[in-house]
Amino acid sequence: MSALSFRAARRTVPGVYLALVLTLAIGWLVVVLSGGTLFTQATVVSLLHVAAGLGLVAVGQTLVIIGGSLDLSVAYVVSLSTLVAAEAMNGSDTALLPGVLLALAVSAGIGLLNGLLIARTRIDAFIATLGVGLLLKGYLDSGYDGPAGATSPALVQALGYQRIGPVPMSFLLLAAVAAGAWLTLRRTRFGHHLLAVGGDPEVARLSGVRNDRVLVAAHVLCSLCAGLAGVYLAARLGSGAPRVGTEGIYDLESIAAVVIGGTALAGGRGGVAGTVGGVLLLAGLDAVFNQLQLDAFAKQVVRGVVIIGAVAVYARRVIGKGRS
Amino acid sequence: MQDTLPRRALPVRAGGPLPILAILGVLLVLVAIRQPDFLAPASLMSFLGRSAPIILLAAGQYFVIVSGEFDLSVGSLVTAEVVIAARLIDGDPDRTWPVMALVLVSAAFVGLVNGLITSWLRVPSFITTLGMLLILVGAVYLWSDGSPKGELSEQFRRFGRRAVEDVPVLGRVPYALLIVLLLAVLATVLMRSDFGRILVAVGDNPRAAELSGVRVGRTRTIAFVLSGCAAGVAAILLGGYSGVSFQAGSGLEFSAITAVVLGGVALGGGRGSVAGAMLGALTLELLFALMNFFGVSGTVRPAVQGAIILLAVAVSAARSPSR
Repeated sequence: MSALSFRAARRTVPGVYLALVLTLAIGWLVVVLSGGTLFTQATVVSLLHVAAGLGLVAVGQTLVIIGGSLDLSVAYVVSLSTLVAAEAMNGSDTALLPGVLLALAVSAGIGLLNGLLIARTRIDAFIATLGVGLLLKGYLDSGYDGPAGATSPALVQALGYQRIGPVPMSFLLLAAVAAGAWLTLRRTRFGHHLLAVGGDPEVARLSGVRNDRVLVAAHVLCSLCAGLAGVYLAARLGSGAPRVGTEGIYDLESIAAVVIGGTALAGGRGGVAGTVGGVLLLAGLDAVFNQLQLDAFAKQVVRGVVIIGAVAVYARRVIGKGRS
Repeated sequence: MQDTLPRRALPVRAGGPLPILAILGVLLVLVAIRQPDFLAPASLMSFLGRSAPIILLAAGQYFVIVSGEFDLSVGSLVTAEVVIAARLIDGDPDRTWPVMALVLVSAAFVGLVNGLITSWLRVPSFITTLGMLLILVGAVYLWSDGSPKGELSEQFRRFGRRAVEDVPVLGRVPYALLIVLLLAVLATVLMRSDFGRILVAVGDNPRAAELSGVRVGRTRTIAFVLSGCAAGVAAILLGGYSGVSFQAGSGLEFSAITAVVLGGVALGGGRGSVAGAMLGALTLELLFALMNFFGVSGTVRPAVQGAIILLAVAVSAARSPSR
């Protein structure tokens, strides 16, 4: 089972990177023909910043989707995490670490709730995380009208703007998290169990895997990733932002990135490397649109077409739709 | 427990409408205690008329979900149709009927595209309909330069806001309610026909259905077309009732899916009845009404809604493991 999954995962990776190269090449051509330039330092930096935020969420989303689950609450977790971090720090550098840890702890708690709802009460993941998302939305809407708190200047400097050449620290953070998730899936017992649970829960259970624990752990990790994305966005924006997650459509975009990356929505097959490719593709598309100064709505139309097209062309092997 | 109770002859085994009837009953009792006037014929009728669009969307979503897919595009489709209808009619009563036909045909066409992309290109429906959502919202904003233009004619709006007056006992019976009743009967008949059984079989086990000679792709495509049609009718009713705005259909896809699951239909397909799905939608609407009666303020509403959805789904899921 797991050997099969690994092969499938390895096979789909080149697909999305080929799509990425194609998108960037076509985008570059279109931009150059219309008299602009695509690969300036500024555009690359902003592309990588966009990729960092979405990427952190999408890596976590990959884990739950591989486990046959799904998380629609991530957008609200991102928003909540920016607020928790920024309000705890309140503009002081001494509260940096406690603020970050508090934001991550709150996120992990929400992941735990998601996981327990799905594993214990057997509510479908779609509904469970939608419901938890609504709970968080109610809290955010009733508690906040606009930005609140202030991120510690040191964090803003380090995570929000610091970069090595054209590569922002936040993208290195994404690379580290993605590498960690990749190792977890490939090399640890938990990773193998997660693939097994996603592939066939019944077979996994009969083989002695504790499905519930594996799923709960995956959901905690997913929310932690979303929380980390929130910490990054708080650093980027300098304060907590109650709508930043939903305005970025992080829930649906992260799922799109995962599927474009070749992970099966039904679970059991896929990997983090593909997801990072999917994220870079979406971020690259954004960069091209920005250079072309495309209307925001036209952007959305093209985005929709590209998401469907990319999955149609490069994830055709994603069979076994529907969760049985 | 469910086996010992007398059951109505529904075309499917598990996921019958019993749990949702129980939840609906509890909510009705709560309403009766808090706001007895609500159960008077007049307000009950107008409540049912108001709930018609979401009931229709739930029925449409049911066809797709029971066949093992998702339709996330219905909310944006409703918005798109309302905005398009307003701009094309532009207050001119003569254009009512052609535009209404166009709304229904184009909605069915969007469903057809969803279905074809999903079954021929093998794109998971979650992604197909998510992409369609982005395309529809973007296109409709683009087409109207960021704010809705034109207005609906009174002839168009009457389906959503007018009623048959002076009916004995009931008083005022909204057209919307009559339309929903008619379509509910059609949907139930459809689910009892060969097509309905095939649809459930496809959702239950696509491979087995295919080996028995069912054209799985075609069946699912028809389900998407039905969902599109439901969105078209819902758009006509909703546009009539609440007028033109870019928010007309926003979030309705999630409400419809929630309603369907509340009604005992399993995501992933193969289980549940269309009656259950529609009752689920009615329950959801009653829940919103109840929140009003209890004075739950606007911003806390999502939280209360979320908590109650989780509770209600947990109650109905406790009886039948859904995955």
